[in-house]
Amino acid sequence: MTTKISSLAAPNWAAQLRKKARWGESAIEASLFAVGILTILITLAITIVLGDQALLFFAEPEVNLQEFFLTTSWQPQIGDFGIWALVSATLTTSAIAILVALPLGLSAAIYLSEYAKPRARAVLKPILETLAGIPTVVYGYFALLFVSPIVRNLVGVEKVGVYNMLSAGLVMGIMILPLIASISEDALSAVPNSLREGAYAMGATKFEVSSQVLVPAALSGIGASVIVGISRAVGETMIVAIASGAGPKFSFNPLDAAETMTGHIARISGGDLPYGTVDYTSLFAIALMLFLVTLILNLISQWIVTKFREQYE
Amino acid sequence: MQPANNTQYAIETRNLSIFYGEFEAVTNVNLQIEKQKITAIIGPSGCGKSTLLRAFNRMNDFVPTSHVRGEILLQGTNLYGKEIDPVEVRRRIGMVFQKPNPFPKSIYENIAWGARINGYKGNMDELVEQSLRAAALWDEVKDKLKQSAYALSGGQQQRLCIARTIAIQPEIILMDEPASALDPIATLKIEELMQELKRNYTIIIVTHNMQQAARVSDYTAMMMLHGDTRSGTVIEYDRTDVIFTRPKDKRTEDYVTGRFG
Ligand SMILES: Nc1ncnc2c1ncn2[C@@H]1O[C@H](COP(=O)(O)OP(=O)(O)O)[C@@H](O)[C@H]1O
Ligand SMILES: [Mg+2]
Repeated sequence: MTTKISSLAAPNWAAQLRKKARWGESAIEASLFAVGILTILITLAITIVLGDQALLFFAEPEVNLQEFFLTTSWQPQIGDFGIWALVSATLTTSAIAILVALPLGLSAAIYLSEYAKPRARAVLKPILETLAGIPTVVYGYFALLFVSPIVRNLVGVEKVGVYNMLSAGLVMGIMILPLIASISEDALSAVPNSLREGAYAMGATKFEVSSQVLVPAALSGIGASVIVGISRAVGETMIVAIASGAGPKFSFNPLDAAETMTGHIARISGGDLPYGTVDYTSLFAIALMLFLVTLILNLISQWIVTKFREQYE
Repeated sequence: MQPANNTQYAIETRNLSIFYGEFEAVTNVNLQIEKQKITAIIGPSGCGKSTLLRAFNRMNDFVPTSHVRGEILLQGTNLYGKEIDPVEVRRRIGMVFQKPNPFPKSIYENIAWGARINGYKGNMDELVEQSLRAAALWDEVKDKLKQSAYALSGGQQQRLCIARTIAIQPEIILMDEPASALDPIATLKIEELMQELKRNYTIIIVTHNMQQAARVSDYTAMMMLHGDTRSGTVIEYDRTDVIFTRPKDKRTEDYVTGRFG
């Protein structure tokens, strides 16, 4: 028996063990690598274009870095370039949006993943996804013509104008809600069933299992949804351009009208902006700042997620 | 649920059949489980051992199509009665699963969580220590209670799962092949632990390992597919030594002596 096996196998041993060229594998690896490099190159190109024009802006005599980063008035006509006038509105509307979208989106996710019967789920999930497909210009007019009047009625028409950050922020929250709900729902559904069973077997109610075992277990996914949501909110242009107000104003008061970074870029670039003017190059500086704000907010959210996760891993 | 009356058994089934939709997975089981004893449920794979075990604490409720006919009586009360809250049933009848499934929390929190949600108001540190001691895990983890439960070995994780079950002081502990994912040494530890636990708890264990059933249990229920159907039932139930030395049913004898199938 043994001799038979060895006599069969022996002559081919060395040949069988030798490295084979697997061309398909190498080709796939190379193309994946190329795609990876391409995305990095594109990001780099955007940064260079932004940075190049922004440098021209900072080189202007009436502009200086300190003023840009530390002052709160943005009035190009009189040479005021304090970015905080625009950043404040971006932060305010985005904060409102996240405050609306996170609790509602997470609740929707928990409902869909843990409570909904398959039939209810089959109806609700597509509706949620439709909500994500509505063009933002529609959301913008929804904010201006529907939400803003309600806000004004509730708060008092003399206290708040037609254009205000609150309405824009609320509607932006509705816009990113499906995003947060859908990513969080995926994260919750991905929690292994054995964990659910273990928790239920302890005599836990559905709510206790969902909120105290599954949400912590899905925290990285939920955190990712918040990061995507924040990025969407900070970058959102149409809703704020329509409903938040036209004109930079340094304010964190949701009832004020104030222009966000994106709203300002959209409005200014709407006119005929001569190439090379300060107004023109300032847009690139704002865009760069937008990039920076998004990056910083992402880093903060990521840090919070790791911080909370630490105790589990 | 009603206060305890003096029924002799920890839990009892009467003409219990368990269905998944139309499919009758378990047929007509009548078992009387003795208090503070270890009862093993053995039988070939797919004969409904897990299904039966999970009926005891209503874990089958999570399979939407599942339903039962007949009764499971805990101290005289039918656990499938209309007025029964399954959450309360699970608090009184704990469960340890085949694969260790600690929560993604610290070792300490794994124990404290169940106690807290069940309204435990006493000293939590004490409870955690007691439970870990009772699960023979304290010495191994006492210096790293704040660390993640995932850092423990499989055997330690399984004992942690036993500890968290003990912490809520159930009356009955169900174990579904609790050692099948563990190495022999960890298995031995779990088996020793079960002997300790039966002073205070009634244990029902599903195992496909006959030696294990013979080693640890006082009573054994032998399950088998019923006739030509795909439906399982208990064909013989007796003291473990009887089942293993002089079973009445020929199929039991074949199975425990390894001549089955
Ligand atoms: N969730 C379920 N849905 C439908 N059928 C199931 C489900 N779980 C188990 N079954 C079926 O019930 C029978 C008994 O399974 P199980 O109780 O897991 O057996 P055992 O634990 O003895 O191996 C098998 O035929 C199995 O396919
Ligand atoms: Mg099983």
